[in-house]
Amino acid sequence: MAAGTVYPASEPTRWKYLDRIRTRPGPYTDESTFDGSVVAETMEKMSILVIGAGGLGCEILKNLALSGFKNIHVIDMDTIDISNLNRQFLFRQSDVGKSKAEVAAKFVMNRVKGVTITPHNCKIQDKDEDFYMQFQIVVCGLDSIEARRWINATLVNMVDEEMEDSLKPLIDGGTEGFKGQARVIYPTMTSCIECQLDMHAPRAAVPLCTLASIPRQPEHCIEWAHVIAWDQEKPFPQLDKDDPEHITWLYQKALLRAQEFNISGVTYSLTQGVVKNIIPAIAATNSVIAAACCNEAFKIASGCAPSLGWPENNYMMYSGNDSIYTYTFKHERKEDCPVCGNLARELIVDPEWTLGELVESFATRPEAQLKKPSIRAEKKTLYMQSPASLEEQTRPNLEKKLVGELGLGEGDEIGVTDPAFATVSFKFRLKFQKA
Amino acid sequence: MLKIWSMKKEQQKAENAEGTAAGGKKKKVTAAQLRVQKDLSELSLGTTMKTEFPDPDDILSFILYIEPDEGMYRGGRFSFTFNITPNFPHEPPKVQCREKIYHPNIDLEGKVCLNILREDWKPVLNLNAVIVGLQFLFLEPNASDPLNKDAAEDLRSNREGFKRNVRTAMSGGSVKGQTFERVTK
Repeated sequence: MAAGTVYPASEPTRWKYLDRIRTRPGPYTDESTFDGSVVAETMEKMSILVIGAGGLGCEILKNLALSGFKNIHVIDMDTIDISNLNRQFLFRQSDVGKSKAEVAAKFVMNRVKGVTITPHNCKIQDKDEDFYMQFQIVVCGLDSIEARRWINATLVNMVDEEMEDSLKPLIDGGTEGFKGQARVIYPTMTSCIECQLDMHAPRAAVPLCTLASIPRQPEHCIEWAHVIAWDQEKPFPQLDKDDPEHITWLYQKALLRAQEFNISGVTYSLTQGVVKNIIPAIAATNSVIAAACCNEAFKIASGCAPSLGWPENNYMMYSGNDSIYTYTFKHERKEDCPVCGNLARELIVDPEWTLGELVESFATRPEAQLKKPSIRAEKKTLYMQSPASLEEQTRPNLEKKLVGELGLGEGDEIGVTDPAFATVSFKFRLKFQKA
Repeated sequence: MLKIWSMKKEQQKAENAEGTAAGGKKKKVTAAQLRVQKDLSELSLGTTMKTEFPDPDDILSFILYIEPDEGMYRGGRFSFTFNITPNFPHEPPKVQCREKIYHPNIDLEGKVCLNILREDWKPVLNLNAVIVGLQFLFLEPNASDPLNKDAAEDLRSNREGFKRNVRTAMSGGSVKGQTFERVTK
C-alpha cells in the first residue's frame, strides 16, 4: 500500500488480513475443532451483545465490527454528555443529549459496511432472558458493579443442561484510571463475577470523624459539605449531583471550610469529581482493555487460538501506573459463591402443602437436613427463624398453603438459610407434584 | 466457535456435577437478598437488642433497637435505621441513629462514626459485625474519633462531667444549649 493511502480501503482489502487468520490454522490453533472453510460464515451468523456504549463500549463496538462480526447489539441507558467527547470517539458535539447506544450504532454502521448494529436505549434489567438467549457471546464494558452482578447472575441462571446454546461466554472489561482488567467467564463452568467480587477495589472512604473534625485535604472539605453540611442545612429537598446549582452550593460550603482550616485546592470541578466519585477515565487504558476483550471474543468465535477462560487463566489485569504491567492468572471458583456455587436445585413439593409442612420436610430431606431453615422467595419473606421480631411477623405464614395463599408458582425460586450451615445458603426451584 | 459445550460436558463428567437451573422467566432470589437473609438468620441480638421490620417482605430495611444494660448509656433505648442496597455486601449497610443524642461518635443528625460502616467495610463482614460495633459505641464512647466535637471534648477533659451530660441528655434535657431527645424508658 502506497504511503499516504487513507484507510478505509476497498472492502475486500479491509478483510484481507483477517481472512488469513480465519481460513488457515496457526501454530496455536486446535485443529480438531477448527475448520477454516466455515469460520467467516459462522462469525457472520453469530449474534454478539455489547453492554455499555461508553468509554469501553465505543472501542468494543469499533473493534468487533472490524473483527468480522456482522450482527451486533448494543445496550446502554445513558445519553451523551459533553465530557464524554474526549474519549468516546463515536460521538460528536451535535450528539450531546442523544442516546449513546443509538448514536454509536449508527456511527459504526456508517463506517463499516455490511455490519448491523441494533441499539437498545434502556437498562439491562429491562430485558428478559428471551432477549439474552439470542446471543452467542456477551461483552461488557460497564462502570457499575451492580450491573455486572446482574448480568452475571442472569447468565448463570440461564444455563440449561438440555440446551447447548444457553451457555454464553461473558467477556468483561473494566478500567479505572491507569488500571484495568479483562476476564472471560463461562457461566456455571468457571469462576464468575460474584466469585471475583473482592477483586474490585472498594471506594476509598475517609473516616467520618476526620471529615467532621480535622480535614487535611481539599477532598475532605468537599466530602464534609456533601455528607454533613448538606444534611444539616438541606438547601434543596434532594441532592441532584447533575444540578449545577446544587454542586455550586457544595462548592461554596467546601471553600469556606477549606479557608477555615487553611487548605487550598477546592475548585468547582474537584467538587463535581468528588461528589460524583469520578475517577478520571484514560482513553489509552480503555483501548488496551477493549482490545484485549475483543481479541478474546474473536478467538472464542473463530477458534483460531486458545482463549482466556478455560481451562486455565481467566483473568488478565493491567496496570499502566508505573510503566506497563500485566498479569494473567486463574481466578478459582468459590464453592460458596451465592450465584454460581449455589445453583438452584429442583425441589419437589406437594401442591397441597402449607409452608409449615415444607419447613418440616427440610429436616428429613437427604440433600439438605436443615433443622432451623429460614425461607424467602423473591419478594416475600416466607418464614424467618430469627431475628425474633421477624419470626413473629412471619409465623402466621406457616399455616398458609404454598400455592394460592402464599402466591408461589411452578419454577419459582426460594432461598433457604440455616445457622448450622454458616457458609452456605441454598436455592431451590419449586416443582409441584402431587404426593 | 469454540466447543464450549463439549468442554462443559467433560467437566460435568469429571465432577459428576448436579443439575443446574432451567431457563425461562422465573422469580429468582438475588445474591444480595440471600446474603442478607443468611446474615439475619445468624444475628445474635442477646437481651439488649431487638429488630423491627416495617415490611417483613423487605428485609433490606429495618430498625435496630439497642438498650445498653451497662456503661454510661445504661437504661437508654436507642434506635437505628438500617438500609441495605442491592450492592450489599460490596457496599456497607447505611445506618443512622433515629434519635438526637449526646454521643461523641454520633452527630446530631444521627450519623455514626464507626470504621466498618465506611472506610473499613469489607464484604466478609456481616450485619452481626455492624450491630456488635454499634453496641460497643455505647459501652466505650471514643473521644479520639469525634463526630460531635463538644461531646468528645467533654469526654476527654472531664469524664465525670461527661457522664452527667449523658444522663441529662438521655432524660430529654439540654447540654450546652442543645436539647436532646428523651431516650430513657
